[in-house]
Amino acid sequence: MNNTSYTFAYLDEQTKREIRRALLKGLAIPGHQVPFASREMPLARGWGTGGMQVTAAVIGRNDVLKVIDQGADDTTNAVSIRQFFSRVAGVRTTTRTEEATLIQTRHRIPETPLRPGQIMVYQVPQPEPLWRLEPSRAETRRLHALAEYGLMHVKLYEDIAQHGRITLAYDYPVLVHGRYVMAPSPIPAFDNPKLHRSPAIHLFGAGREKRIYAVPPYTDVISLAFEDHPFRPWKAEAACALCGSTESYLDEILIDDRGTRRYICSDTDWCERRRTGGKTA
Amino acid sequence: MLTSGFADPIHDAQAAFRALLEAMARPGTIVSLPPCDPPPPLPQAAAAILLTLCDRDTPLWLDGPFATRAVGEWLRFHTASPLVSNPADASFAFACADSAPFDALAPGTDEAPERSATLVLLVEGFRSGRPLRLAGPGIESETVLSVDGVPNAFLGWRARNLALYPRGVDVLLITRTEAIALPRTTVVQEV
Amino acid sequence: MYVAVKGGEAAIEASRTLLAASRRGDRTLPQIEVAQIEQQLGLAVDRVMGEASLYDRELAALAIKQAQGDLQEAAFLLRAFRTTLPRFGASLPIDTACMTIARRISAIYKDLPGGQVLGPTVDYTHRLLDFSLITNEEPPCVPFADAPLATDMPRATAALEAEGLLTSEPDDGRTPPDLTREPLMFPASRAVRLQALARGDEGFLLAMGYSTQRGYGGTHPFAAEIRYGTVTVEIVSEELGFPVEIGDIVVTECQMVNQFKGSKTEPPQFTRGYGLVFGHAERRAMGMALVDRALQARELGEDVVAPAQDEEFVLSHADHVEASGFVQHLKLPHYVDFQSELELIRSLRAEAAARAETALKAAE
Repeated sequence: MNNTSYTFAYLDEQTKREIRRALLKGLAIPGHQVPFASREMPLARGWGTGGMQVTAAVIGRNDVLKVIDQGADDTTNAVSIRQFFSRVAGVRTTTRTEEATLIQTRHRIPETPLRPGQIMVYQVPQPEPLWRLEPSRAETRRLHALAEYGLMHVKLYEDIAQHGRITLAYDYPVLVHGRYVMAPSPIPAFDNPKLHRSPAIHLFGAGREKRIYAVPPYTDVISLAFEDHPFRPWKAEAACALCGSTESYLDEILIDDRGTRRYICSDTDWCERRRTGGKTA
Repeated sequence: MLTSGFADPIHDAQAAFRALLEAMARPGTIVSLPPCDPPPPLPQAAAAILLTLCDRDTPLWLDGPFATRAVGEWLRFHTASPLVSNPADASFAFACADSAPFDALAPGTDEAPERSATLVLLVEGFRSGRPLRLAGPGIESETVLSVDGVPNAFLGWRARNLALYPRGVDVLLITRTEAIALPRTTVVQEV
Repeated sequence: MYVAVKGGEAAIEASRTLLAASRRGDRTLPQIEVAQIEQQLGLAVDRVMGEASLYDRELAALAIKQAQGDLQEAAFLLRAFRTTLPRFGASLPIDTACMTIARRISAIYKDLPGGQVLGPTVDYTHRLLDFSLITNEEPPCVPFADAPLATDMPRATAALEAEGLLTSEPDDGRTPPDLTREPLMFPASRAVRLQALARGDEGFLLAMGYSTQRGYGGTHPFAAEIRYGTVTVEIVSEELGFPVEIGDIVVTECQMVNQFKGSKTEPPQFTRGYGLVFGHAERRAMGMALVDRALQARELGEDVVAPAQDEEFVLSHADHVEASGFVQHLKLPHYVDFQSELELIRSLRAEAAARAETALKAAE
């Protein structure tokens, strides 16, 4: 057996059509999880197969693709997925957020504001925001149908009773277009506000759990909270050791075995642009 | 003689999908679809939608004027989609403005609102005609759109459709080569 | 200044090269041939074909070689290949009653038409290491039988069905859904459940089946019959309009007969648990049959109380490609989320400390 030649963007056309239909319905019902068959991909389940299938169904020859994991272009899985699409779709890739037409991400939304014409594709491990409260997906489907989100509010309220505040730090649930509670994927809560009335298109793919959902541009995406306990995202109160930024999301780095730490931007492109004064390095 | 589909099936379908994705994400935006060569009276834009989104898994309902033998043969070859006579069974319905089966289309269920029909409605043009004000997801504040040949029953039906949310029918208005999407979330009002 | 994981591209490439070298092992030894794996590790090939849902012995053997004998990884490789294959159509149902039998046993009858056929089995080997295999001694050749096996070997359940003692499960004529082309939704039809079990992780099927034997959803199973052998696969081509044989495959079938007391609408009768898998894989087929029966609890009006009866639990966790991927995805960097938890826990501790201090001051 020789290497088989794969079709453009790996997926067969019938699979792309199914995903494309699901994406259009997803945009029409913001935040609602649309089931799809989810093909086996040449990457392990849980490693971005949902995001990859969405990207494969969306990508065209003229796209410029950026892939990030933890905000960084050079993390190993981002490198691996970027290589995959350069190989099977032959597209141009970039690390520059503003150059990209398509950005596949795991766990971050870039700091550089998104613009119309850009599409974000999120890798989603767990599309069901209610899963910790109700493990049965047959039951959570019913709860979404009824817009019965009392469980979630009780959970958040118990947090406040016990800790004095809501203790969700990432994958912080949001209410989309006033109707569906949605998992924004494990982005830090810090990134949630970037989804609210964003000018870009946001597409979410959960390969293992076989769900697709979407947030169109300029759509209300509100992080769940209470009037007396408003949404408060956290970030390290520090400045980036490389670029000095205080407004970006920072990663903590240990620099010795005595626990000395420093902070650097999680968004590597943003950090680099700041250091080079906006010029490409 | 069977006429052709897209000149480049993979890349034209991708381009058409991106146009439709943009349309659905930004209601009221006019997008053009790649050319193809369907048998008359099927408009090119309708054919591009069929080639891009329809296959064995999508039952189709065709309005009387479109339901010709030549169109049927073209569809059998290019999409293999089953044709249904009851609009309620269709996942895509292709209709002319004055005979669209609005209220007969499937709005999906509360648990599966995605199992709803997409109505592809042929109108005369987007640059003149009745001005409509659009608001909702995908629209920054509001946008005004002119549609020539929008049927009188349309606005009343849209209001009923909106009240079903999250159930509801999504609409693609098409001319010969262009399309505009009005997903179920879009509030459509007369100016 | 230390910067996390720079140069990912070069590192990944180097890691791939190292992996290939470690797969090769000691280069003074000859490489193992794919054909040798196919012939001499046949049960591994069977398992990989089953869990990948692709019947191709050569490719399964290749996957085993590539995966260094990690059978779950091999099944994953074969599935990722399978997903790219075009569909030409669906075969007719295979008829296991017309199987060319290699082995057939029934635990519910002492004797039955066609007889008990022991065939090749480890069941009665003493599990003593056979040191002669180290020196590659050739085993004795198998003598030919005096007479061929009976060609007519009805399934052991046929007599029970004829007597009306066993639930009859007639073909409803519907095309079964394809689990690999449609999302798994609940409640699932039995056709979907059987598909999911047939490609499920053998260890999971075994453990779930075992749990029913220990009282977690007991079904009182009897192994009515286990048979393995060769069956013919046929398709009806649209041009010809009649069935055409496209090849032979080896399968193992297990039919469990289970007790059932009857209900208001049905007289007492036995129920059936069914297992059918690629290749020679009795443990797998039996585990599947036990779980299939346990999963019928809802339809049979039994209380759903045990894990093996909970179809959402069983079907969502039976697939090792999904399970392995998700467990191992924890190896991927999660430092962004961990950072937000770190900040959260530090601020919670600071707040708690402040509250304690205030309380202390108030007490003074």
